Amino acid sequence: MDRFREIFDKRHDYAREWKARTGGRVLGYFCTYLPEELAYAAGALPVRIFGSHQPQDVTDRHIYSMYCPYCRDCLAQGLLGKYDYLDGIAKARSCIHMRNAFASWELNIPLSYSHFISTPSNIQSSRAKPFLIKELDRFKKSLEEWTAKEISQEDMERAIDIYNTNRCLTKQLYMLRQRTIPPILGAEAMDIVLSSQVMDKAEHNVLLQEIWQNIDQRQNERDPGIRLMLIGSEDDDTEFVRMVESLGATIVVDEHCTGTRYFWNEVISEEDKLAAIAQRYIERPPCPAKDFPERRRWPYIFKLIDDYHVQGVILIQQKFCDPHEFDIPPLIALLKERNIPSLFLEFDITTPIGQFRTRVEAFLEMLAMEVI
Amino acid sequence: MGIQSKYKSKPLDCWQKGKELRLNYYKSLITAREEGRLLVSGSGASCLALPAGLGDFVYFSGEPYGASIGYDPAFSLEAMEAAEARGYARDMCGYMRNYWGSMFLDRYYFGGPFPKPDFFLTRHLCDAGHGKWYQVCKEYYDVPLFVYEQPVTPPGVRFEDVIEYLASQLYDSIEWMEKITGRKYDDEKLIEASRNFFKSEALWGEICLLNQAIPAPLDLKSELALMPIAIGIRHQPEAVAFYEALRDEVKDRIANQIAAVGDERCRLMTDLTPPWNFLKMFRYFEKYGVVFVGIWVYCINSGQIEIREDGVVLPAKTPEERNMPLNNRADALRAIALWHLESPLSQAFSSPKRKAFDIIALAKYWRCEGVVMHYNRGCPLCTLGSPEAKLELQKAGFPVAIYEGNFADFRELDESQVLDRLETFIQSLGLSKLED
Ligand code: SF4
Ligand code: SF4
Repeated sequence: MDRFREIFDKRHDYAREWKARTGGRVLGYFCTYLPEELAYAAGALPVRIFGSHQPQDVTDRHIYSMYCPYCRDCLAQGLLGKYDYLDGIAKARSCIHMRNAFASWELNIPLSYSHFISTPSNIQSSRAKPFLIKELDRFKKSLEEWTAKEISQEDMERAIDIYNTNRCLTKQLYMLRQRTIPPILGAEAMDIVLSSQVMDKAEHNVLLQEIWQNIDQRQNERDPGIRLMLIGSEDDDTEFVRMVESLGATIVVDEHCTGTRYFWNEVISEEDKLAAIAQRYIERPPCPAKDFPERRRWPYIFKLIDDYHVQGVILIQQKFCDPHEFDIPPLIALLKERNIPSLFLEFDITTPIGQFRTRVEAFLEMLAMEVI
Repeated sequence: MGIQSKYKSKPLDCWQKGKELRLNYYKSLITAREEGRLLVSGSGASCLALPAGLGDFVYFSGEPYGASIGYDPAFSLEAMEAAEARGYARDMCGYMRNYWGSMFLDRYYFGGPFPKPDFFLTRHLCDAGHGKWYQVCKEYYDVPLFVYEQPVTPPGVRFEDVIEYLASQLYDSIEWMEKITGRKYDDEKLIEASRNFFKSEALWGEICLLNQAIPAPLDLKSELALMPIAIGIRHQPEAVAFYEALRDEVKDRIANQIAAVGDERCRLMTDLTPPWNFLKMFRYFEKYGVVFVGIWVYCINSGQIEIREDGVVLPAKTPEERNMPLNNRADALRAIALWHLESPLSQAFSSPKRKAFDIIALAKYWRCEGVVMHYNRGCPLCTLGSPEAKLELQKAGFPVAIYEGNFADFRELDESQVLDRLETFIQSLGLSKLED
């Protein structure tokens, strides 16, 4: 398990080493709506751009301060040269905060390639899929032009297969956390998903298979304590998760984009590969920015709550994250209606772990009394 | 006796008529139901012509209503607090929170209970509002909502499938409206309303551009007061007639050198809507002979202009003026889709680079000596790329001042700090107060 964490912590070294080893190009992406399969089929390594959780002062000239800390932190890494190994960047439509980070990256950091995909927000419309297929086709063609290589049907099949394997293995590991004593902690699960977003999926699959083969030998004597679920904005703050799990709780499942929203559904095979990929991104657990007019998030969240025997929910929201600001109030009301206690926390670039510790402790104490 | 002004100045003759239209529009929302008219609500950026095929209706535009409340800090505070009491964050769209709060309080700003719409129909351009805004309303009232989305495509690029995506959603909206209302849809009415819609938007854009003249015939306060007509009723013949009269009057003012600010000495523009409860700041700067000749977002939101790739700014041509006939439903919906996609507003939201380019083009067109930018905490979409636009403006040689505020939430505005900041800016342009 430590390997996942190590790779994520040294993700820049990993990408540089991958590049040197394969001679391939590295494509930075900003949101999990990006159809990575296509970039992978083009022979590129898609890596998700993350922040560093360190205070910075380089983005104020480029992004207004009331944009979310996560998008500013991501851009800061680019401006500070941490991603100097990237050959290109790509972005799918999600929220306007990340759109600004992407645009500012394009304007201020010279690269040979950038591409924006207008992934529909109105995904519940029957018109969304045909349109997304066209957008994927444009993305595919731009990749072909960039890499001077045609993406064949076999390339796409292979990429889809490797990505599906990754999703399937990760999901299987997640499902073990339904057990009374989950063999994998929340922090470990997060390391798995985070590393998958910066690694070559074929290599990540090898690590996942190793874990899977040895999972029954994992002696987890630890009392899981209170079973928690994390819901909300992007969250790659493993330090926070470790802190929560050090207080007599276990995060058994999550619904955010460095968790289940990223990998939960697979591409279902069909002859037209672009159509198959489009279907997957239309049907994936939605980001709140794409969840209207009906609510598709709610049934998904409550199924996870039931399946994973969740006793309490921690709602995480990056400051100023409007997609989640829309959904959190009705979600809190629904959780309350169903007697599921929740704790709301607002994250900034740096997380005030000490202050959060006190609040999480109080939440867990309250939950412990309810469980008794 | 005071010193004589440089130019003649007088109020607009159309002013009273404009006020009447505005008030009648807000009153029509109260009486719509008893008069048997449908009440439809959604973003003011939507195509108001769409429900016309169902018969008589009133479109309750969310943004101008949020702005009206923004004028009145006492009402706005109650509305904002009602939204916050339900857990909605203070940094969300300010117009939306005013609208929601008024809905939660069941108090319509212009009197009586909040006008509950028969259904919601909105264009989705803004990922920080629009679809999600009216989802909350749909659930609150348990009435149907239809959203049609505008894709985010690169400026200047028109793929056939992008037009098709937008137009096909408009088709679906018609079938959906027929289903939920049980009414038969009349395409002739759609065509007529679309015609008015295009004409009003083109006229409003043209009127804003006429402020290129020296002295400027319109000031910003007049523009701010006259634009809600465009947002509320721009699919109606009354709006077209009004804007034609206004355009003619503005041309007449230009011919006769009638100025909005008699002592025009310096021309500035701003990018975004200012705080509605603080419009007095524009009057304040008139003491320096400063005239604000326009707002970037105003002439392209519910107005249409053309900003060409080479920076040339032109009034927009309606589809029929471009030889695109409006003979049937398909023609009308395709024309609406194209109109939306070609709007400089949509293009700017697709690309902050394009936004900077357009603001510079307008600053040149309006012959501005500087630009005042509003970092508007109430509109996440409008501030997309603002800091990049500021850098580009400076590179192009325009002095730029920035103030932070919120067009709809007065709690986020420090008036004296804004005045201080802007006063320093104006003095840095070499201006001093005119003698009384
Ligand atoms: S945290 Fe929220 S606002 Fe920030 S990038 Fe993610 S979805 Fe957008
Ligand atoms: S954030 Fe701005 S663009 Fe979006 S709905 Fe509100 S006023 Fe409109």
